[in-house]
Amino acid sequence: MTDAALRRRQIIAAGLLTLVLLALPLVATDFHLSVLGLIFLHAIVGIAWNLMMGFAGQLSLGHALYFGIGAYIVAFLSERFGISPWLGMLPAFIVPGLIGVAIGALGFRFSVRGVYFALLTIAFAEFARILFEHWDYVGKTAGYFFAALTPANRPLVSLRGGARFFYYALLVTMIAAWLLSMLLVNSRVGYFWRAIREDEDAARALGVQALRMKLLVVAVSAGITGVAGGWFALVNGSLFPDSVLGMRVSIDFIVAPIVGGLGTLFGPILGAFIIVPLNELSRDISQASGINGLNLLIYGVLLLVIVVFAPQGCWPGIAKRLGLAKSGEADRDQS
Amino acid sequence: MISLEVKGLTKRFAGLVAVDEVSFDVAQGSITALIGPNGAGKTTCFNMVAGAMAPSAGHVLFEGRDITGQQPEDLCRLGIARTFQIVRPLTGMSVLDNVVVGALMRTASVAAARQVAHALLARVGLDAKADQMASSLTLPDRKMLELAKALSTRPRLLMLDEVMAGLRPTEGDRIADVLRSLNRDGMTILLIEHVMRIVMSLAQRVVVLHHGAKIADGTPAHVVTDPRVLESYLGRKARPA
Repeated sequence: MTDAALRRRQIIAAGLLTLVLLALPLVATDFHLSVLGLIFLHAIVGIAWNLMMGFAGQLSLGHALYFGIGAYIVAFLSERFGISPWLGMLPAFIVPGLIGVAIGALGFRFSVRGVYFALLTIAFAEFARILFEHWDYVGKTAGYFFAALTPANRPLVSLRGGARFFYYALLVTMIAAWLLSMLLVNSRVGYFWRAIREDEDAARALGVQALRMKLLVVAVSAGITGVAGGWFALVNGSLFPDSVLGMRVSIDFIVAPIVGGLGTLFGPILGAFIIVPLNELSRDISQASGINGLNLLIYGVLLLVIVVFAPQGCWPGIAKRLGLAKSGEADRDQS
Repeated sequence: MISLEVKGLTKRFAGLVAVDEVSFDVAQGSITALIGPNGAGKTTCFNMVAGAMAPSAGHVLFEGRDITGQQPEDLCRLGIARTFQIVRPLTGMSVLDNVVVGALMRTASVAAARQVAHALLARVGLDAKADQMASSLTLPDRKMLELAKALSTRPRLLMLDEVMAGLRPTEGDRIADVLRSLNRDGMTILLIEHVMRIVMSLAQRVVVLHHGAKIADGTPAHVVTDPRVLESYLGRKARPA
């Protein structure tokens, strides 16, 4: 198969998937739509995290920081200051992006690499969580609540609505994040990121401005994650430091891109489609059986099975079988 | 004209002087070899010139400009490219993409960079393997890829750290042929090399290091007859009892 034919197949597949997702609300129940919305939310953060880890090789275990900051920004601007969430999304992108750059600059400037950089990201996220838990203005651990929706609410103005509204809103955001990541990965910047991922010193010897490129990827990744956080605030209507800034949030969000396939464009989306339903299913089983915590056990075992059978993630193998990737090894980044 | 000027370059590690006030010039358009027994300080010297290591003292000038202590990526931009003694292919990327990365430093267009990369792979004889993963290459091919990567940044000075080490003679000759043809096109080359046969046939100028200090500097024919060079390589004659 030639490159052009492959590209055509990929575009057709992506178009078909988009059409199906657009039409799904015609048949799905509100419950299904809200689960799908949750899938899209995980996919958005997964895409963002994967840009950093999968393409530029920078491990972050503190993405909850960007998610939480984005969530609180949108919530506060709209509830306290009456600023439309449409506008609130902008600082929800920019502020986490800047925080990411600051953390990155601090770490990368002093050559903090690999797991030590990951520790730094955890430290900042935990710092923010503890700060928010003791900060009166944001409601401490008691959380922060949106006012209840009135019948006069117009979703396109308040960006709050029912399951169907959020379904479409998150779908559009996910597609935008996907397109943005595709654009970046296939551009000059994407080549530099991958070179840094493979061998930073060798990349620098090829003229790659590693520091600048790493700050860029953190900024984009943190920004997208902040927007996802903003949507989470609007969907949920309530925010608690532990539920948006906690360590568990950071860990939850990285499972989907790993299961889907690190360093692939579609992997985070596929991963979210696998992980979120698994999570819901195991919770149902746990509740039906009356055994507390059984869900985590089931979830863990299922994850283990996936990791054992598809150590590269699920997407590379599936993409090959569907004829959406070259049969060689060299397809890892293109699909 | 002088391409590279090294003046009093010194590197001290705790209690050890690895490179001791080494000075030499690389003439533009020349092939200059840096040789010496193991541990002579060649790679340390090389790394300081290439910006991978900051010198303790001394200066490096490239085309008259002081570049001492500059970062590798900035030197690359100025026109100095290097290869690593232990080859460092970007293993998770295709052979072509390895070369595209360097070409993208000079152009923002991925399509243009791919064209440059294809041409360079053809020049080093790797074009048929362009779509393979770099991790699948054999050592001789990896050395060639290392060379193509360095060339992709369009350098005026090419620094090669033992590109022929670990190769069979015929494979070494293949690289030597490529280097000769590059040099004919005007490329200045500074190489560290152990394979004396190739140094003698390739280099116009040889700088010899021993225990971190320069002990000889001249044409290959001149250097091999220098008693200090012979001594450093072959050892001192035993004194009569």
